[in-house]
Amino acid sequence: MDFRDSPEEAAFRARLRSWLAERAGTFPAAGDEYWARQGEWHQALYSAGFFGLSWPKEYGGHELPPVYDVILDEELALAGAPARPSLGYLVQGLGRHGSEELRRRFLPGMIDGTQRWCQGFSEPGAGSDLASLTTRATREGDQWVIHGHKIWTSYSDVADWCLLLARTDPDAPRHRGISAFIVSMHQPGIEQRPLRMINGVTREFGQVLFDGATVPADQLVGQPGEGWALAMTVVGHEREPSTLGFSARYGKLVRELTARAGERVPEELAWAEVQAEMLRLHVRRRLSEQLDGVVHGPDGSLDKLLMTWVEQSVGHAALAVGGTDDPELLGAYLYSRAQSVMGGTSQIQKNIIASRILGLGA
Amino acid sequence: MDVRLTSEQRQLRDAAAKLADDLGPGSVQELSDDDRVARLDKAVDGTGWRSLRADGASGVEVAIVAEEFARGLVDAAFGGPVLAGELTRHLGGDAAADTIAVAGHARDARGARRALALDGGRVLAHGLGAAVAGADLTRHTAEVTGAPEPLGTLQADAAGRWSALALVVTSADLVGVSRGAHALACDYAKVREQYGNAIGSYQAVAHLLAEGLALIEGSVSVLRHAAWAVDELGPAEAVRAARIAKLYCARAARTVCETAIQVHGGIGNTWECLAHVYLRRALASTDLFPVRLEDIHSGLS
Repeated sequence: MDFRDSPEEAAFRARLRSWLAERAGTFPAAGDEYWARQGEWHQALYSAGFFGLSWPKEYGGHELPPVYDVILDEELALAGAPARPSLGYLVQGLGRHGSEELRRRFLPGMIDGTQRWCQGFSEPGAGSDLASLTTRATREGDQWVIHGHKIWTSYSDVADWCLLLARTDPDAPRHRGISAFIVSMHQPGIEQRPLRMINGVTREFGQVLFDGATVPADQLVGQPGEGWALAMTVVGHEREPSTLGFSARYGKLVRELTARAGERVPEELAWAEVQAEMLRLHVRRRLSEQLDGVVHGPDGSLDKLLMTWVEQSVGHAALAVGGTDDPELLGAYLYSRAQSVMGGTSQIQKNIIASRILGLGA
Repeated sequence: MDVRLTSEQRQLRDAAAKLADDLGPGSVQELSDDDRVARLDKAVDGTGWRSLRADGASGVEVAIVAEEFARGLVDAAFGGPVLAGELTRHLGGDAAADTIAVAGHARDARGARRALALDGGRVLAHGLGAAVAGADLTRHTAEVTGAPEPLGTLQADAAGRWSALALVVTSADLVGVSRGAHALACDYAKVREQYGNAIGSYQAVAHLLAEGLALIEGSVSVLRHAAWAVDELGPAEAVRAARIAKLYCARAARTVCETAIQVHGGIGNTWECLAHVYLRRALASTDLFPVRLEDIHSGLS
């Protein structure tokens, strides 16, 4: 047992740290400016060999163990650099459910950042109950025609492609009538409507209206009716420890808040520090367990719940230290409220834990 | 970086779990079954785990046994003798039948003849007096008597590591208590029916238990690091890791035990339900070597 870096891990960390030092302050780490330049940041990370660390080499990854993603996240946070673009769940979804041809065609651009992606799952009437989605795809010759409304779609406005769930068989049982498509975002029949989040950010979230947009039949992922399986892979990986949304940033914010608080450390801040440290260590334990080939199914819901508690605890600490007069800290607090909703609400995570891990029949 | 338990450590965990399941109290009545306690004590003696540290075991192994024993509410002494052994290990001498004295009382004193206190760097041996009633129904507390006998002085590093180990042993106890109380509550939620269904099928109950499991998983992670740090980091870092673990595990344990009482409803508020035995042990382990939030940034003391 060793919590320290191996020699290889330490060498990687040192290389990354000096690369980041050379670029200190070059890229904005938060707010609309971050979202505006996220693509550039993604490509800079990729070109330097610091992105797609655990993904297959044939699609542009490095096939390193998942712990390297944690090192990357820790060093990004330490350097005050922007977060690693969160794509793992899309890579896993397409990697596991797409044909060899689709993987070869789309994964390299997704991983190297030259093609931007969004995820068209949620709808105004289908949030937690995703299987109730009503966006329709109708086969017309060698293409499908899409009608429907997607919402809470991250970076839809800059996306080149959308991994879209749509109903292809309205008569099938509702989980079996859903299919997944790779839809080009550059075509008529797609209308973007930005959403402004409660912290004022406008670039992160959008809604997308599909009114007659088309997708070639060979961009159906898997077979018709197999969309639900892909959706479960994607949301499962959204809760993976290595994609636990850049959890190292919590420790950094806690350190900044502690420096600002001076002598009088509010109790909420001290508790946030304990929680952030817990999460750092928890991610390490979970990643180590993956070395046994442990597949993270419902356990990801435990990780997501813990991460949510930590982020919201840090949010409360930001509020305790900065009050409402500091726009940046107020923004961090307000943004933390989304964590118990995005990627599956905390209530849904608890349902999964209760029924699939504890066997409570909930 | 690889923080998995080794196969030897997993075997130790399984052996400690089996002993606790076989001979720990399965009910409140069994707490007063002296024959069972004697058999349990003899079995623990036979394992040699009370002298784990003297035999070269790491903080991780000590934590493994402490956690499994607490999960099974093992009411034979373990943590006290282990920590006493850690003191005498540095001074030479025989630790058999020793426990520790903290805040003027001998702790985990069942079967002990002396209680060792660490005062500054000095190790003092006390005699044992009358039993003292406390919250914990599974571990004994006693008065100390007579003039303390000085046994020697620990170097600052060894004293720091001892503090870290003491926090780790009590944190491991808290994790075990959480797991035991949570399992008790889940079992009950699957069989107790109201409105025609098992109460665990209702989200209001299920979500409490789901939160409890997340708290336990977080506790396991933070404890693992602190237990490793006892031997692998410098004393100041080890103490800091142990304080973080203690704070997290103590809050988690109290919440999980309170949930166990709530899930048991009226029955949970009666003496005969084991839920309060877990809560009491959690409170005692929290109070033994207590850590306050403001202690995180203070140095070794």
